[in-house]
Amino acid sequence: MYKYDNYDQAMVDARVAEFRDQINRRIAGEMTEDQFKPLRLMNGLYLQLHAYMLRVAIPYGTLDSRQMRMLAHIARKYDRDYGHFTTRQNIQYNWIKLEDCADILEELATVEMHAIQTSGNCIRNISSDQYAGAAADEVTDPRPWAELLRQWSTFHPEFSYLPRKFKIAVIASPEDRAAMRLHDIGLELVRRDGELGARVFVGGGMGRTPMIAPEINPFVKADDLLSYLEACLRVYNRYGRRDNMYKARIKILIHEIGADAYRRQVAEEFAHVKTLGIDPPLAELERISAFFAPPAYDAANVEPDRHDPDFALWLDQNVKPHKQAGYAIVNISLKPIGGIPGDATSTQIDVMADLAEKYSFDELRVTHAQNIVLPYVAKRDLYAVWQALRDAELADANLDLISDIIACPGLDYCSLANARSIPVAQKIATRFADMDRQLDLGELKLKISGCINACGHHHAGHIGILGVDKKGVENYQLTFGGSGAEDVSIGKIIGPGFDEDGVVDAVEKATDVYKALRKGDERFVDTYRRVGLEPFKEAIYG
Amino acid sequence: MVEFRYRTDEVTEQPSVTLDAFLDQSNATAVRLEPDDDARALIPFLDRLTLIEVAFPKFREGRGYSAARILREAGYQGELRAQGDVLVDQIAYMRRCGFDSFAPEASLNPDAVARALANYDHAYQGAADSVVPIWKLRHG
Repeated sequence: MYKYDNYDQAMVDARVAEFRDQINRRIAGEMTEDQFKPLRLMNGLYLQLHAYMLRVAIPYGTLDSRQMRMLAHIARKYDRDYGHFTTRQNIQYNWIKLEDCADILEELATVEMHAIQTSGNCIRNISSDQYAGAAADEVTDPRPWAELLRQWSTFHPEFSYLPRKFKIAVIASPEDRAAMRLHDIGLELVRRDGELGARVFVGGGMGRTPMIAPEINPFVKADDLLSYLEACLRVYNRYGRRDNMYKARIKILIHEIGADAYRRQVAEEFAHVKTLGIDPPLAELERISAFFAPPAYDAANVEPDRHDPDFALWLDQNVKPHKQAGYAIVNISLKPIGGIPGDATSTQIDVMADLAEKYSFDELRVTHAQNIVLPYVAKRDLYAVWQALRDAELADANLDLISDIIACPGLDYCSLANARSIPVAQKIATRFADMDRQLDLGELKLKISGCINACGHHHAGHIGILGVDKKGVENYQLTFGGSGAEDVSIGKIIGPGFDEDGVVDAVEKATDVYKALRKGDERFVDTYRRVGLEPFKEAIYG
Repeated sequence: MVEFRYRTDEVTEQPSVTLDAFLDQSNATAVRLEPDDDARALIPFLDRLTLIEVAFPKFREGRGYSAARILREAGYQGELRAQGDVLVDQIAYMRRCGFDSFAPEASLNPDAVARALANYDHAYQGAADSVVPIWKLRHG
């Protein structure tokens, strides 16, 4: 994986010093909270309901064991002994003291980590496919491109006061594991006539107005990409709405002027920007790519012994095929029944770091579904890895099943939330705790947001739940038919909302309808798409 | 009032006019751009302008950063001034976008400004200033 050179290290070190200075000026009263807010936000520091929350960047979700141990250390030393992995492949700490922040960033900088641009109206942490480098279906490893974008977007002088936040995802497989088209810009790397380039999708997003990004350019060459993205961003920075923060994302601009008009404007701007010489030579992408060379695979292709049924179950559900014979991709579920989706204790974080060091060429990934991946595990080691995970209560075999729920922090933490998300996730997981029942339901992506901002990706859930405030009472709306994968779609609200227990009952009724109507190996979402809403509605409201 | 200026030429005494007034027929040499104004409208006239003032009514208003780059990319050599809700921590970005004078509404601490400008030795990306991007330093 990528290693900082002196330039990269100097950047994060300088940022620590700068932020320490900004905090000191705030504490000294030289800045108002209103003036401090955009600065702390550009450094991932939010004021939540009960305390400051610090969001630490995990660029494209990749980290090594040393960095993972640092995350555990910060949880122990500065927080309440746990961290929360997010849908942006980052980690959040919920109980941070303002006066500790600069010290935390200084510790992070010692392991090439930071919190730069993890919030604010700027280009956020670049996300990617958690199986990058290991997936059998990728045309190339997308992470060198993501790193190129990380560097380009870091402290970008023109695009740090955009109309609104800006999220970019890069994938390189036909299977979309990163919800690429639900980003402000989604890049899919493709090969054309032997040359690598990017399909560029612009204007996707969730939030209160969910949109699927249209394709704006079918192929942008590697050495044109930064110029092209500058053009995309400049058109947005100049013409994106600033009169209403709820209409300020790029998806609204593109929706209002149309994809064709946007495409034309970007093409004009690109013709100009390309003359400025801002694109690094291909040698820079090659320099970065060298850090992502495949590890030294040496394991024979031996199938693991499946005599232990719990292990076999976990193998079938959480372990995925690898591009290299003899290896497998291990998914570690952070979704124990009754737990908080995405949370891990410092002890668990250390266990995962140890396993990565010993069994996965020292690498881990964070997924947008709030789980962890060990991307390079030899098949001969799978049983040992599983045993260690089981001992740390990390061996839930529920990947992509109904209890593998994405949930935002909700009203338990977040000052924007209208309703709690975590207790609903816990109740649903508990209702469906029986493993045979979950397996029978198969892939069923359930996602919960505690407000219309949709941080819990409910629009992209096969079943989505949106918490709203209805005259002071928490109320939960159900949506069906969304997807963040390559079959991307936005879920539709099925009818009037429910109270907390009512929504759990409604989900259960929906799964009963699915079981009665499914054909062959249809997933829940396939059956819903085929038969439509009516039979579900009848069972739930009838 | 101009508090920070990074040019050695004389300060323009002429008051700046609005973009509409300028395009109307004015022979003014100083013009003021509001966030809604299209900086590209000035491109045919850059040779005769000595001051372009860009308004930042709120520090969150980011269009002026693009306006500045567009003007510099078009070859504008005169004074480019950021006026309004300009804060310490914006000045480094503004300098990179091509601003070379600053008229903040609320007076700024000169030491804090100097620190903010000196904080980073390098930058990752090319912009409107003379900073050599890191990728170029890496590849000579």
